[in-house]
Amino acid sequence: MDERWSWYRQMVRIRRFEERCVELYSATKIRGFLHLYIGEEAVAAGVMSRLRPDDAVVATYRDHGHAIAKGVSMRAVMAEMFGKVDGCSRGRGGSMHLFDVAHGLYGGNAIVGGGLPIAAGLAWADRRLGRDRVTACFFGEGAVAEGEFHETLNLASLWKLPVLFCCENNLYAMGTEIAHEQADLDLTVKASGYALPAWSVDGMDVEAVAAATERALASIRAGGGPVFLELKTFRFRAHSMYDPDRYRTSAEIEHWKERDPLLVLEERLRADAAAGDDVDARFAEVAAEVDAEVDDAVAFADAAELEPVEELTRWVHADDSSVPRQEVVR
Amino acid sequence: MTKTTYREALREGLREALAGDDRVVLLGEDVGAYGGSFAVSLGLLEQFGPDRVVDTPLSESAFVGAAIGAAMGGIRPIVEIMTVNFSLLALDQIVNNAATYLHMSGGQIHVPVVIRMTTGAGRQLAAQHSHSFEGIYAHIPGLRVVAPATLEDARGMLATALADPDPVVIFEHAALLPMAGDLADDAGAVDLDRAAVRREGTDVTLVSYGARLHTCLEAAEALAADGVSAEVVDLRTLRPLDLPTILASVARTHRAVVVDEAWRTGGIGAEVAAAICEHTFWDLDAPVARVATLEVPIPYAIHLEAAALPQAADVVAAARAVVA
Ligand SMILES: Cc1ncc(C[n+]2csc(CCOP(=O)(O)OP(=O)(O)O)c2C)c(N)n1
Repeated sequence: MDERWSWYRQMVRIRRFEERCVELYSATKIRGFLHLYIGEEAVAAGVMSRLRPDDAVVATYRDHGHAIAKGVSMRAVMAEMFGKVDGCSRGRGGSMHLFDVAHGLYGGNAIVGGGLPIAAGLAWADRRLGRDRVTACFFGEGAVAEGEFHETLNLASLWKLPVLFCCENNLYAMGTEIAHEQADLDLTVKASGYALPAWSVDGMDVEAVAAATERALASIRAGGGPVFLELKTFRFRAHSMYDPDRYRTSAEIEHWKERDPLLVLEERLRADAAAGDDVDARFAEVAAEVDAEVDDAVAFADAAELEPVEELTRWVHADDSSVPRQEVVR
Repeated sequence: MTKTTYREALREGLREALAGDDRVVLLGEDVGAYGGSFAVSLGLLEQFGPDRVVDTPLSESAFVGAAIGAAMGGIRPIVEIMTVNFSLLALDQIVNNAATYLHMSGGQIHVPVVIRMTTGAGRQLAAQHSHSFEGIYAHIPGLRVVAPATLEDARGMLATALADPDPVVIFEHAALLPMAGDLADDAGAVDLDRAAVRREGTDVTLVSYGARLHTCLEAAEALAADGVSAEVVDLRTLRPLDLPTILASVARTHRAVVVDEAWRTGGIGAEVAAAICEHTFWDLDAPVARVATLEVPIPYAIHLEAAALPQAADVVAAARAVVA
């Protein structure tokens, strides 16, 4: 099954990209907050594999995987994290704020819950303008405790907006485990309270994610209004590079690593293999190709230019605004 | 000339906006069937239908955020928040999203949203319906903040705000809604860039905006009877401030009284006073004076509310002190 290989490649791309980010963070090439997607790759890879290129995505600060899987080049993402003008947000947003409208990426939002109303609005505009587009909105289970989650699910359901709500339930909101945050651990119950279809999905299985997404999109595109997916997953790394990860046991992390989405898929690819197929050689081939892509992205980011400081005050207002641009006084 | 009110002028501005561009939509709590909590949008649902005049649930963050997202998506939402007090529930969307996206995305995301809300005291509505938080919004780069104080501006600011490529916040003073007067038949879009000298004078400049503009005009009348000639400047736009107009006036009169319906500390009045001191210090013949609301939550009882707010007599006293 060819699609398994393309999912596999996509997830390896995210995994290797993130692993390289760790090194580059230690090397101080990347600074600020850095939230890694390692362990959660099946979610972005699975959902994006069912979106169309012109569908929209609203993500969070943990957005590298979404950007890469949505088609933003690794070069543009890496250069962004290097703070370079060739970054997808010209180095102004950094890791948490990857924007690429050409690829339908309407930003990583670093306010927990802050992206949900935006996604509803994009979907509302699409419907009003007769654009056949779905907006996929990603957020963690931590956001489910925020008012913006509840306000937006209600509004989106009431107005039957074409939004796919993708809740990446990795069980921890920074150091707070879900049991200390949610009165009811079944997140689909909350979503169902707003009269929309809500399904819980194995977020470590890219095929399950893709299948659920496909079903959800069919319903949304048919005018059925928003769908909520709870994607059960786990982050193998700390919340961010600042986090000493004191709140989880290594046993728990190891337990989840047994269901590493890459391993889950590797097993299937092995089972698919016909006699005589050298699957390991193909894995190595994918790894080598991806590493070359990551190397290229790093070299590109390293060589890229910084935005001139004179541009600092550009785009506080639009270029065609009558508000005068401030001078940059140094 | 037509007899009208501030409320009707706002409504005509909305009607024109909705009629002129199919992408324009008015949304907010009770803008439709109820006719707007201050009756500004009365009749618009009937004229334009529920697809263009959209009642929203009580969820300021979601519907203001949705308006922002919809503006990003290519339509032209005018979102009404009942009062500035409730807008605090949408502050995240306005400040963290609408105001940042263009810059943070490196120029990719435009947010041409218009956010209207009422502000101000004077109707015995007590401490959760009477405050003036314009200064919070005027603090934020990326927003344009305007406050119509006249019928012309009530009629014309919306059209200009809609044509603006960036988010614009419009503060409509609730106490001005019944204000009546004549409006030119061809009244329409007005600029959002300039402060306006509403009364010329030579001895002192009174600077204000919104309802307190009228307090200043009343004070100027009283001062004139005393032989003090006061110039009155209406800020109109609270962000960015039109400093050249303010400073030119103060350079002529050499004295300034800044009048603000918000609290004294850290507000727009403070910003204007600081700018005057910073730029026209050597032209000043007296320290800049300020008249603001007392630093208390606005109370209900009519005598206490009146005592908390800047009144014409307070402005007269402050002006007399600086010209003495
Ligand atoms: C409104 C808000 N409150 C707090 C924070 C700080 N913060 C950043 S990430 C985070 C945890 C969010 O957890 P979750 O939504 O489950 O997403 P995850 O990080 O696990 O992907 C917190 C508390 C924030 N960014 N925004």
